[in-house]
Amino acid sequence: MDLALTADQETIRGVFADFFTAEAGPDRARAAEPLGVDGPAWNRLLETGAPGMGLPESAGGGGASLTDLAVVAEELGAAIAPVPFIEHAVAARLLFATGACPDAVVGGTEIATLALRPAQGGISRLVPAGAVAQHVAGLDGDRLVLASGDAPGVALDNHGCLPLADRPLGDAMILLEGTEAHAAHARALDEWRTLTAGALVGIGRTALDLGVDYAKERQQFGKPIGSFQAVQHLLADLPGLIEGARLLAAKAAWAGDGGPGINGINDLDNNDVTDFATLAGMALVFAGEAAATATDRSLHVHGGYGFAEEYDIQLFYRRARAWALTLGDPSRECRRIADLLLEPSEHAA
Amino acid sequence: MDFSLSPRAAEFRSEVRAFLDANLTEEVVATMHRTGTFNDKDFNAALAEAGLLAGAVPGYGDRDPIELYILFNELEKAGAPYDGLAVTMLVAGVINAVGTDFHRKQVLDRLLTGRFNCCLGYSEPDHGSDVAAIATRAVRDGDQWVIDGQKMWTTMAHESDWAILLTRTDPDVPKHKGLTMFLVPMDSPGIEVQPVPTMATERTNATFYDGVRIGDEWRLGDVNGGWSVMGVALAFERGVMGGTNPAVPLLRHVRNWAADAPSPDGGQMIDDPLLRERIARTAIANQVGQLLTLRAAWIAATGGLPGLEGSMAKLYATDRYQQAVGWFQQMAGAEGLLGFDTAGAAADGWIDYDARHSPVTTIYGGTTEINRNNVAERHLGLPRAR
Ligand SMILES: Cc1cc2nc3c(=O)[nH]c(=O)nc-3n(C[C@H](O)[C@H](O)[C@H](O)COP(=O)(O)OP(=O)(O)OC[C@H]3O[C@@H](n4cnc5c(N)ncnc54)[C@H](O)[C@@H]3O)c2cc1C
Repeated sequence: MDLALTADQETIRGVFADFFTAEAGPDRARAAEPLGVDGPAWNRLLETGAPGMGLPESAGGGGASLTDLAVVAEELGAAIAPVPFIEHAVAARLLFATGACPDAVVGGTEIATLALRPAQGGISRLVPAGAVAQHVAGLDGDRLVLASGDAPGVALDNHGCLPLADRPLGDAMILLEGTEAHAAHARALDEWRTLTAGALVGIGRTALDLGVDYAKERQQFGKPIGSFQAVQHLLADLPGLIEGARLLAAKAAWAGDGGPGINGINDLDNNDVTDFATLAGMALVFAGEAAATATDRSLHVHGGYGFAEEYDIQLFYRRARAWALTLGDPSRECRRIADLLLEPSEHAA
Repeated sequence: MDFSLSPRAAEFRSEVRAFLDANLTEEVVATMHRTGTFNDKDFNAALAEAGLLAGAVPGYGDRDPIELYILFNELEKAGAPYDGLAVTMLVAGVINAVGTDFHRKQVLDRLLTGRFNCCLGYSEPDHGSDVAAIATRAVRDGDQWVIDGQKMWTTMAHESDWAILLTRTDPDVPKHKGLTMFLVPMDSPGIEVQPVPTMATERTNATFYDGVRIGDEWRLGDVNGGWSVMGVALAFERGVMGGTNPAVPLLRHVRNWAADAPSPDGGQMIDDPLLRERIARTAIANQVGQLLTLRAAWIAATGGLPGLEGSMAKLYATDRYQQAVGWFQQMAGAEGLLGFDTAGAAADGWIDYDARHSPVTTIYGGTTEINRNNVAERHLGLPRAR
């Protein structure tokens, strides 16, 4: 049992916190709307080796674990950095696992992403980072394919100004077929869930900080609004939610890294869960809820200014929802988790 | 990060689980709910004999806080009678931290046998959340103190050999500065214990102190230093001694019920999509409750001072427990209203039980509002509201 970051992870955290705040913080996120990607910031990120950090050193990567990547993801979320780091990291690992990751993807000069939904009629809908990725890995029937080509460069207009786009997966290179294809995609999707959960933790963290800072400064009735108990209590529930989400995302990453003691248990009766797929789903659902609650309450504490475009909290509010819902309805995700925890239901929708 | 238990902690958990398999009989569980006394001296003594009880005292012996967490978490998940044990061991921890040799010999050593109990005498009829305002007086008379007053909600007083009693020893100074804590032998003349039944199965008590005389050797901590002793006790209570996984047994009961219960729509309830969603959401909340509690334990185990981590775990877990109870009570329909021992009761009456019990979890051990005040002021640094 060790709930601390390692010294290396603390270093990673510090480096990325500084980078995202300075080079890709909320101002850049605002400026990057509606596409949701700041090209120059991504190019500077390349210089740090970040795009390939989740690949083994033997493949030219940084040898980072999923736990390390989750640390980066939280900092990315905390700054709502408009760079497709999570999608790229997940896709690069998938490409490496299924054969070889192109050098341009290792280095990040070409962006890769994961299509979350299987293609229908040859098209995968609402691909995250699909607006900017040259490489899209995804499922087309029982095949895992890689579609490479120019990125559309425009996003579907959306709530969180995420770089979402529909991408064709027909005429693509076949990476794997059959159960292997489904297993590899499922693994990548669980990594995406875990890292997106990490990013949502970061969103929640900054939303809380914004709310607390505002509540200390803003005066009404001759006092800081943070001295009103109704305001205090809106905020006081949040540290536990955010810390809980952080721990659950970290536990999912730990399970995904397959460290010692991992035995893939789903013991509902004893509240003993170490199965990666279950934990990844749990982390995404819970972090999505924590980030939604944190941004909701923080926005409310800002009064009318929270609704104004000028204030940053609305940027966090919209991304908290958009990042959490890109995969779909959390209730459906919960039913999938129930299938892992219980016997799968014949009637499951 | 590493979420696995150390080999030693894993071994300890296996021992606790084996103990529960052997000793937590249906009879023990039925008795606790029938009598309302969530304390079983034979069960506690068996724990002591199995060598598992010294690990239950916070800060004592060679067990670390992770193992303390494991013991109480396993007891809570199994639905064992542990309320009396938790309070007793909490007092043992307080004695270990601030007590004298006399207290250790007279009280602590006995508590470790499992045959003796302590209760907490803080709350009064007119002073609950504002506990520093209590009015029960202790007046010095030579080497003795004379205690007069009334306590409310003195749970386990009827089982207890001692109470830790928060008293006012100086009414002329600010309220926190005039308090003194005593260990009071419950067989002292002048003490009366009256049962207070509750809407759930558990009972509690009102206790009355009429000219109760005890020697100064029973004082715990300094004269007028009672508030700092409270601080030690509250730090233990709002930590890792149970109360943050109440929905684990609930979920077990619901799952067992749903496996057999017919759905009004045909098929079994376990195939109902909404029920499955809610089972998953409750399982998520149970994981989070566990992780927040583990974090408090881990901070303590690594030499840190858990501040409000325990409060956050309690705030979160009790809120979600109540939400889950509401969901499952609705989904069990009218059969969910039926109690223990009633034919046809959903989940053998456990849903009715949890719906009765859950309201108290956001009240006792510090209400949700008091915990939120503490998090707001001491964790978030917001200006004081009062
Ligand atoms: C079953 C049971 C067992 C118990 N066991 C013990 C025990 O063994 N020993 C013991 O000493 N005590 C025990 N208690 C007492 C318990 O700690 C108190 O009930 C609790 O602290 C609340 O006090 P109160 O009931 O007087 O409510 P009050 O303090 O009167 O509170 C009433 C309501 O007002 C709210 N409120 C009060 N102050 C504030 C504030 N500043 N800001 C916002 N809201 C506020 C509360 O949150 C609550 O909702 C037990 C209680 C119960 C019900």
